[in-house]
Amino acid sequence: MNPFDIPLQALLGQLLIGLVNGSFYAMLSLGLAVIFGLLGIINFAHGALYMMGAFGAWILMDKFGIGYWYAIVIVPIAIGVLGIVIERLFLKHLYKLDPLYGLLLTFGLALIAEGIFRDRYGVSGQSYNVPESLQGATDLGFMILPNYRAWVVLASLGTCLGTWFVIERTRLGATLRAATENPHMVQAFGINVPIMVTLTYGAGAALAALAGVLAAPVIQVTPLMGSNIIIVVFAVVVIGGMGSILGSVLTGLALGLIEGLTRVVYPEASNIVVFVIMAIVLVLRPAGLFGKEA
Amino acid sequence: MKLKSLNVALALALCISAASTQAQVSGNTVKIGFITDMSGLYADLDGPGGVEAIRMAIGDFGGTVLGKKVELVSADHQNKTDIASSLAREWIDQQGVDMLIGGTNSGAGIAMAKVAGEKKRPYFNIGAGSTRLTNEDCTPYTVHYAYDTAALANVTGAAVVKGGGKSWFFLTADYAFGISLEQDTAAVVKASGGTVVGAVRHPLSASDFSSFMLQAQASKAQVLGLANAGGDMINAVKAAREFGVTKTMKLAGLLVFITDVHSLGLQATQGMQLTDGWYWDSSPETRAWSKRFFEKMKKMPSMAQAADYSATTTYLNAVKAAGTDDPDKVMVQLKKAKINDMFAKGGYIREDGRMIHEMYLLEVKKPEESKYPWDYYKVVAKVPGEQAFQPLSKSTCPFIKK
Repeated sequence: MNPFDIPLQALLGQLLIGLVNGSFYAMLSLGLAVIFGLLGIINFAHGALYMMGAFGAWILMDKFGIGYWYAIVIVPIAIGVLGIVIERLFLKHLYKLDPLYGLLLTFGLALIAEGIFRDRYGVSGQSYNVPESLQGATDLGFMILPNYRAWVVLASLGTCLGTWFVIERTRLGATLRAATENPHMVQAFGINVPIMVTLTYGAGAALAALAGVLAAPVIQVTPLMGSNIIIVVFAVVVIGGMGSILGSVLTGLALGLIEGLTRVVYPEASNIVVFVIMAIVLVLRPAGLFGKEA
Repeated sequence: MKLKSLNVALALALCISAASTQAQVSGNTVKIGFITDMSGLYADLDGPGGVEAIRMAIGDFGGTVLGKKVELVSADHQNKTDIASSLAREWIDQQGVDMLIGGTNSGAGIAMAKVAGEKKRPYFNIGAGSTRLTNEDCTPYTVHYAYDTAALANVTGAAVVKGGGKSWFFLTADYAFGISLEQDTAAVVKASGGTVVGAVRHPLSASDFSSFMLQAQASKAQVLGLANAGGDMINAVKAAREFGVTKTMKLAGLLVFITDVHSLGLQATQGMQLTDGWYWDSSPETRAWSKRFFEKMKKMPSMAQAADYSATTTYLNAVKAAGTDDPDKVMVQLKKAKINDMFAKGGYIREDGRMIHEMYLLEVKKPEESKYPWDYYKVVAKVPGEQAFQPLSKSTCPFIKK
């Protein structure tokens, strides 16, 4: 299809869809960026945490009859605690080593988690219904927007803004950033740096789980959902610049939009366009669009 | 003493040579190799359940054929054609695999067919749908056992157009199977008096279908033909419901396995028409076998899994009848055998390798019509194999004499 032949209505619709997908990318890459920026760990388990978030929502509903609005609070906390356990048990031994070790460890954890869920629940997945209060769709004139998707955009933008604000604009965030620059100095001021690091990983895991809960009603809850999306999210983080919070959020949204447009112009290329952009960015700006040159 | 042990040795040698003249089985075992998607988006409809079905077939056969043990090796091709073909090659060359069963994924299925054809080993494909297996990529050693895209297109395509769905828009998985299915269905739709207004191709395991739904909606077609399978089909149906596509368009699932319906639930799939080569709840025989399968796997078998069982039995019967596992002799036997089991009645393998058997046009029940677990389908029509599959006269398989 010639890009100039697309009617404006279809274009607006696709841009909006792109924004919805972009908000998932943004939320996931945000967690990755926070973890990398403050811990220096390339968290390959992020996709698995996202998948467990979605499964958590489904299990609460299926086994205990606990609905969406409770799940969206309970599940991120539970997965956040799991993240804290992972950090205490494994990751804390790796900070002095090459980042590659953290990557390998989290990749291994992701494979184990995925394998356990696949063994237990199969790959076809489970259906999770849209909560009643968000069912239905709104006719925007140029497209029919399911209410739930609108909620996803709002919720994830809110979360991203909140996280950015905490890290960049509050005293807690300033301490965190200082701790990554010079942990010994911060410790000398009487701040317990290891606990802060642990909590940060827990928060990153909770963000992934929150994205999982948000995604559960939209796509089938399957053990593979994490690995289907995580590679793209890594590309987003690389394009945005490892560790840059604002960068990863903006890049996530932008790439969602670009991907959406590709689906109209040349759908076959929609799953590689992100990587093409990544290659170009790496050639022109090796530190990523928003990264600081070393 | 010495003489005695020499005698024993001699007797043993005689026994071995006698055995080998009676039944010529290479490598002293009959080895079946099964390569399918064990962990990806198609793993539920074949995968580990398929392995179990083949094991059941070997067990029911007594575990031996011509006095030799029947062995099974299985592997995951991860939906990658290069893994499928290199595994097949290694198994045949180094492990002495006598027969290959190919599972889901047409790309991998065609790659394996090429290896099996080159190495001259019987190759049963079960889970892959592309008609290329019995057309341009056919070999004298391929048996395409359960279904193909032509049969799905013929049965579903014709039925939906007849039911008033004249204009179609396709959502197609962008690889051999999806494209084959789209083209075959489009041809049937046009031949039945319908039109195709557009198509969009999505990558395998796409993570989001919403933008494709907008395109489908914009096409104003009456029918959305889903030329994809497994996890992709499931997510497409979910997105179609969410975006209200199901209110204006009728969904036609061109390849829907019962495991997909189970996963989506009847609420989401009710009223959908689909074609299947087998349904667990269609006769006392299928129910009895499915019950055994259910006890092992805790879910009802799909067409692919039932066909895995049937194909294994058919192959072992042919080895028994031929008195050898020699590939050429077994193929001759296979192509003259009649297949009568819980999977097919009066089925037969045509010269081009296509197994011809009855296909079912099914409709998904409404939630209130479903009386017991896995009670999902109403049989709308039973279509004879000759009508469902592509006629031999249209085959482009090079070795078919016309």
